Amino acid sequence: MNGWQTLRVALRAILRNKLRSFLTTLGIIIGVGAVIAMMAIGAGAKEQVEQAFAAMGTNLLIVLPGSSNSAGARGGYGSMPTLTKDDLEAVRTQIPSVKRAAPALRSSQSLVSDESNWTTSVTGTTPDYFLVRNWPMQSGVSLTDPDIEAGTKVMVLGQTVADKLFGANGDPIGQTIRVGSTPFSVVGVATAKGQSSSGQDYDDAAFIPISTYEHKIQGSLNNYLQGVIYVEATSAADVDRAQKDITALLRDRHHLSPRDDDDFSIRNMSEIAGARQQGTETMTMLLASVAAVSLLVGGIGIMNIMLVSVTERTREIGLRMALGAKPLNILTQFLIEALTLAMAGGALGIGVGLGIAQALAHRFGWPMLVQPDVIVLSVLFSASVGIVFGLYPARKASQLDPIDALRYE
Amino acid sequence: MPATLVQLEAICRFYAAGDTEVRALDGVSLTIEEGEFVAIMGPSGSGKSTLMNILGCLDRPTEGRYVLAGREVSRLSKGELAEVRNRVLGFVFQSFNLLPRTSALENVEVPLLYQGVRSRERHRRAIDALDRVGLADRLAHNPNQLSGGQQQRVAIARALVTRPRLILADEPTGNLDSRTSLEVMAIFQELGAQGITVVLVTHEADVAKFASREVVVKDGRVRSDEKRVAQSARAVAGET
Repeated sequence: MNGWQTLRVALRAILRNKLRSFLTTLGIIIGVGAVIAMMAIGAGAKEQVEQAFAAMGTNLLIVLPGSSNSAGARGGYGSMPTLTKDDLEAVRTQIPSVKRAAPALRSSQSLVSDESNWTTSVTGTTPDYFLVRNWPMQSGVSLTDPDIEAGTKVMVLGQTVADKLFGANGDPIGQTIRVGSTPFSVVGVATAKGQSSSGQDYDDAAFIPISTYEHKIQGSLNNYLQGVIYVEATSAADVDRAQKDITALLRDRHHLSPRDDDDFSIRNMSEIAGARQQGTETMTMLLASVAAVSLLVGGIGIMNIMLVSVTERTREIGLRMALGAKPLNILTQFLIEALTLAMAGGALGIGVGLGIAQALAHRFGWPMLVQPDVIVLSVLFSASVGIVFGLYPARKASQLDPIDALRYE
Repeated sequence: MPATLVQLEAICRFYAAGDTEVRALDGVSLTIEEGEFVAIMGPSGSGKSTLMNILGCLDRPTEGRYVLAGREVSRLSKGELAEVRNRVLGFVFQSFNLLPRTSALENVEVPLLYQGVRSRERHRRAIDALDRVGLADRLAHNPNQLSGGQQQRVAIARALVTRPRLILADEPTGNLDSRTSLEVMAIFQELGAQGITVVLVTHEADVAKFASREVVVKDGRVRSDEKRVAQSARAVAGET
């Protein structure tokens, strides 16, 4: 008896009790459906979080200056400049796990073009800033090192600012923008980066060389930085190490004794991203365990119905044995039947899962990512459920005594 | 001189029933030649069913030797016995034992499935076997669309389809009226004429009289064993 004939006999037995077979596979359908839907949504949510944080900059740390402490009233972080340009240089050059570091001095300024004006945040920085933030130019050029050295009056615009001042189709490159009485020449427009996870528009910003900023926008504090330092670690795995090393370096440079608090703080963006991801992972795990329980229950359902089927068909088994079926033939026949039930449940479950994932993704505006390996895994999983839970009834059938089985009423 | 098909030597079959031992067969020796039509008779509890099971390779003797078609089969494994049943034997049961909701043709094909015969050859041989029992026009009928006599003839076709050496019939007329019983017995007699050995188990003397040899079993032993000229079932059917 070859596989195809065995399968035909199994299919016939399954289709003989359509409703019963469907109810039996329901557990598997729900289990596999839940796995597929959850994995698709989980992967989609993860992708969304990753995109949001990739927009902020990869492997990003932000070093903020410390708080002021006058007469016991402690200001927030950034209320007093404690970071120096030498600190920046030291972070940039002395820590192996730091790839790049850039200062960001920021204030709100009114930008005036020939036709229009717009108030936005103006950042004094270095060319590295755009690399740290993973932020290429859409048109024109970025700031350059000679710009920093010479303190040239050049400006890079965010997409929103460019639109506001020059219209959506205007060409800002080469145009002049005044900040107070200082004219700046627009050299580049950065690509649109979208919103931060808190809803802030990254593109509503303008960038000028740090030297020009200190000279023309906000008075210099000599060596002190009136702003923050953006740091890019060499890799995602090095972010934590970079944070530790920067902390140690800055504490040392600021001559803090072990009892003193840090006079700066470091925000670890990948930590925030990780926390979010962990949230979705916990959710996925939770639902996966629900799915596992459902598959287990489904498997027990299959075992139950197969035991019923073996009992119902005892005479048939006895007859087949009398006509020459070996115990292995009978075992295979019932195993194939259980396997077919489970796989049919799995296939239906995949359909249901994809449907649910699509509906939820549409409803909540998540991206839906269906990984083929999850589908393969579901198929394998339902197949193994069929085999594991089908084995006992099939063995029971194959070990029947043909004489007793034939006489069974 | 026809060849020996079945050779039973001092066959014993004991069962443990609680503390006591039931001696269902207690030293049965029997030789059956090819082409014989043997009726095994005996009251219930005589051991004739056990003898039938052993002859049919469904059970193994506790003691003794069973040589079937030149092969010692009394110590074979379950799988090997299944193969012997498939290739050498054909069964006909009292309650027909056809697969429900399955056509006559497919029912007859079942033993060939376990031989691995290819689909076209299977069809051809099954149609041929059904033709031999006069049911060539009932191929697609399911058992519930057939009369009792027709169902039993499908079962006989199923027993014949593997071209067995020995057909074992266990009370084949038990569920049939007397007229269809005669039809079935006539088929068995014709098989005997074609050289197929038939062993029939029955407790009805009316049925046994169509066999050419009558073996009476009682208390696990052979009580009598005589050959005679059988009545023709066709002739009896013609009279009524």
